[in-house]
Amino acid sequence: MYVAVKGGERAINNAHRLLAEQRRGNKDVREIETDQIEQQLSLSVTRVMAEGSLYDRDLAALAIKQARGDLIEAIFLMRAYRTTLPRFAFSKPIKTAEMDVSRRISATFKDLPGGQILGPTFDYTHRLLDFTLMANGEDPAEAPSGENPVDDHMPRVLDDILNYEGLIQDEPTPVDENAPVADLTREPIKFPAGRDLRLQNLSRGDEGFVLALGYSTQRGYANSHAFVGEIRYGTVSVEIEPEELGFAIDIGDIELTECETVNKFKGSKTKLPQFTRGYGLVFGQNERKSISMALVDRAMRANEMGEQIMGPAQDSEFVMEHSDNVQSTGFVEHIKLPHYVDFQGELELVRRMRTEVEARLAKADAQEIKTQSEAAE
Amino acid sequence: MMAQAAPTAAPDTAKTDDSAIAARQRWMAVLARTDRKTLETEWSDKYGATTWSHLREPQVGMVMVRGRAGGGGQRFNLGEMTVTRCAVTLSDGTVGHSYVKGRDRVQAQYAALFDAVMLRDQTASAFIDVLAEQQAAAKRDHAHKVAATKVDFFTLVRGEDE
Repeated sequence: MYVAVKGGERAINNAHRLLAEQRRGNKDVREIETDQIEQQLSLSVTRVMAEGSLYDRDLAALAIKQARGDLIEAIFLMRAYRTTLPRFAFSKPIKTAEMDVSRRISATFKDLPGGQILGPTFDYTHRLLDFTLMANGEDPAEAPSGENPVDDHMPRVLDDILNYEGLIQDEPTPVDENAPVADLTREPIKFPAGRDLRLQNLSRGDEGFVLALGYSTQRGYANSHAFVGEIRYGTVSVEIEPEELGFAIDIGDIELTECETVNKFKGSKTKLPQFTRGYGLVFGQNERKSISMALVDRAMRANEMGEQIMGPAQDSEFVMEHSDNVQSTGFVEHIKLPHYVDFQGELELVRRMRTEVEARLAKADAQEIKTQSEAAE
Repeated sequence: MMAQAAPTAAPDTAKTDDSAIAARQRWMAVLARTDRKTLETEWSDKYGATTWSHLREPQVGMVMVRGRAGGGGQRFNLGEMTVTRCAVTLSDGTVGHSYVKGRDRVQAQYAALFDAVMLRDQTASAFIDVLAEQQAAAKRDHAHKVAATKVDFFTLVRGEDE
């Protein structure tokens, strides 16, 4: 039986009005503008773009404002918005080797060509609250300039420096450029999932979830000991080849963070020991996510490497089915919505079970009293 | 589709050789990075009297950005970005196109108009050059600031050696 219940409409409307009022907060405080969010909360913006899987800084700023800073809610808004837009094209694969870097470091080679470029990082800050930001606001002096600009084409640590004598595994080449590329926004995820699908899933996966799984691989829940071969953050141009033009055009720049990890591989009967790779690529500036992604990418290559599955991070199905925070929050939070009829059914069932048990116990008690009195006689 | 049709097209179109394509790629890339206001101002100053029509109204959509595993390996879909496209026709029939990052319909429209003007008579060359130089300068400034964060390792000599 399905019973329609009405009557919540006014309450819902008023709840949304109260939400709007609370979002605005105390009106003596100036209202925050979306361009302030876009400029000054830029790492929130990049997280919402990455996990919303839609690169648009203004929209992400709006989503953050609308969601009162709840980033998962903002990500949900981005995902909903993207369903309203047509897809014009697939880009040509972006060339991270040609990135205009704002940061580029390697934990494996100190003196690498191009140098260790720290860029705008929280690393080496003391993590002490800076009360001047609260008291006086912020008007920093312009950052200093180096004499020479950073190199245009930074060599890649794994490909250009480590890749000699077969010390590191090549990415499988040649790449079949005509092979279809999996797309989880169009086709449901199927297992076993190829690396293309796994990388797409991880790149838009929840930062906290991917971080925790990456951490688990380091704590022993996967046979993995990773070094960061290279992290680079900066801008790359995006090219598409519209049918009406017949040649590639550059449509603008996006910010990306890329991480390549180097992992030990003990070799097998047919292969010499060598290093293997994990790969992370994320929209915007997000080093934590890109490192975590590379760790989990490598862990999920366990089958391909013939490694024993020892932890959840190596289980593609576990990882990919739980990485999406919109999906997760949808299912976890839906249980707060009315389940009156379901629960009524459960209630009946539990009552009936209790009655049955009580009856059985009463019968057993009666039996026991009877036996005791018989024994006494 | 056009790409396949090109070889059978008239010889002069087929001769739209690499250098012409490269020149167009350059100005389209510059226009895609130029804000609406700059384009709008230049257009009304210099081309306000030009008659033109939309071949395709500005339309907001998305491009699925692709990456490669390990930077050079298997392709994968990274995520989408918003893109606006537009096509315009000048009164002499010249068609201009644009695809620009973001959702600014006005920017896309002017980018298509300048593309058409450049195809017609290149009269916006100086404007494009200025924009290109500004964009290159901004990039250079940034590259210098980033370079100031480069680590200069030095080793301290320690120990009892003479």
